[in-house]
Amino acid sequence: MSRRTAIGAAVAFLVAAVLVAAFVGAADLNPLATAAALVDKVAPFLHFPTSLDPLDKAVLFQIRLPRVVLGALVGGLLALAGAGYQGVFRNPLVDSGMLGASAGAGLGATLAIVYLGGAGPQAVPVAAFVGSLAGVAVAYVTGAAASRHTMLSDGVATLLLAGIAVGSFLTAVQTFVLQRSASDIAAVYSWLLGSLSAASWQQVTTILPYAAVSAAVILLHGRHLDVLSVGDEEATALGMRPGATRAVVVAASALAAASAVAVSGLIGFVGIVIPHIARRLAGPAYTSVLPLSLLLGAGFLVLADTLARTVLSPAELPIGVVTAFVGAPAFVWVLRGTRHVGT
Amino acid sequence: MTDLAAVDVTVALDRTPVLNSVSCAVSGGGWLALIGPNGAGKSTLIRAMAGLVAYGGTVTLDEVDMRAMKAKERARVLAYVPQEPTLPPDLTVEQYVLLGRTPHLGYLATPGRHDRERARSAMARLDVTKFAQRRLARLSGGERQRAVLARALAGDPRVLLLDEPTSMLDVGHEQQVLELVDGLRKDAGLTVVSTLHDLTVAGQYADTLVMLDGGEVVAAGSPQTVLTAALIESVYTATVNVVTGRDGHPVVVPVRRPSQELHDQP
Repeated sequence: MSRRTAIGAAVAFLVAAVLVAAFVGAADLNPLATAAALVDKVAPFLHFPTSLDPLDKAVLFQIRLPRVVLGALVGGLLALAGAGYQGVFRNPLVDSGMLGASAGAGLGATLAIVYLGGAGPQAVPVAAFVGSLAGVAVAYVTGAAASRHTMLSDGVATLLLAGIAVGSFLTAVQTFVLQRSASDIAAVYSWLLGSLSAASWQQVTTILPYAAVSAAVILLHGRHLDVLSVGDEEATALGMRPGATRAVVVAASALAAASAVAVSGLIGFVGIVIPHIARRLAGPAYTSVLPLSLLLGAGFLVLADTLARTVLSPAELPIGVVTAFVGAPAFVWVLRGTRHVGT
Repeated sequence: MTDLAAVDVTVALDRTPVLNSVSCAVSGGGWLALIGPNGAGKSTLIRAMAGLVAYGGTVTLDEVDMRAMKAKERARVLAYVPQEPTLPPDLTVEQYVLLGRTPHLGYLATPGRHDRERARSAMARLDVTKFAQRRLARLSGGERQRAVLARALAGDPRVLLLDEPTSMLDVGHEQQVLELVDGLRKDAGLTVVSTLHDLTVAGQYADTLVMLDGGEVVAAGSPQTVLTAALIESVYTATVNVVTGRDGHPVVVPVRRPSQELHDQP
């Protein structure tokens, strides 16, 4: 379908996902009254009458909605970061957790849980955020230095390999720390699986600036990623500076992924599957793939989180489990169903 | 019309010298063909002209040193087509051709109406409009080469740098593509620099031939002066006859060595 149709459909999907997530949950909210309350909140000048009582309103606006909004942010950022990396590395198999991002976040969170236990939950997001960015920075610097000494004409493969090396190293350190502090294993493990159960408006406002800046930077580089798809040499001949573009998009993607990881833990699958679905919808041009990934990733994670908190209600499933459990078969179905698409 | 000149261009790749003080020039609207055996440095010279490898010496465009030009400025004048262009398989021809407008776009700009119009005109010129919406992976060799040239042309360059533009094509498509390039040269006043491995074809299309061997110029001039049997035999270690074709251009005919003929007789 055309870019415009696809983006319209993705917006509709996100709105539908948000509405479903707002209606569904432990407290039984009347869908019509909820919708009316939402309209009233978004556009108070309409004086839309709502029959939601104050308690339900509190559930909706203080518990459910921040979680929905945070889920949308996290999903959108992870998918967008994944798409950004895929464009930079010209490889659809790259994920937002590559380049040491997930491993760095995991190590940061583990260190905070094990050694800063007293500082409480506030320290974990900061440590994960810093760890994620540091992981990418180390991988990037290592890869850039190494590629100057190898025969690889463009540094893409070297950078990915450096990311794998750095990731393995950080994971090894994390395992070592964890192994020496067995009592924290449950807490670390639960963080690693990802969750939005601690969502609050404060978390939303904390990551919003990072989310806005990184998303804007990635979205504005769609055309540059399309030019990169013809290879570094031809892109250079077209007057581009591929190395500079790569550095900017990697930095923005790392920031996007780190902001998401800080408030949600490690949620896999979104960063690789959503861009792929976006590609299936409107073709491989990054000017379409990037905005579609943002919207579809947001909608997908909102739905996944709705399942995570309702399937075993009142208990919760880790959202990472849901994204993979629902996402993997859906992904296979998408791959199968669209194999012959195209002219 | 844009003159292009290389003066004392020297290139080393991985510390191995590839070009040693090479000079050559083509005047606006001319066609310069670089010939020579494999590994002579033809592609490297084209890449140096496109500013894609570090080189010593100077390359000038209308007597302006290319080093004084910004990358974008240079890209607006020069269009470079490598021997094996990277074609993102799922991009449509139209999307691909539009990438040729990159040198004209500001950092955060998106292609506007004028850019689309230029891309369309380049597509029409190379007769690829009818498969504008087809994915690159679904093109034949000849169609692919035309799409690549359309992308090069979409940037409204004044110089085309073509590295073996016809190496993947059969003789019919080879003629078709070279006639197209020659047409562009004549109509739009484009200056063309190309490497061509087929000596006869090089002599038919280019007005100046530069023969490289071991990174140095061994002969330069009109096809008639460069394409001599003695020179080709010494540079290529080949055995050839050079005859004059119907059109007056030299025709290089490979000849089997007598020893091999004897060997083949019963």
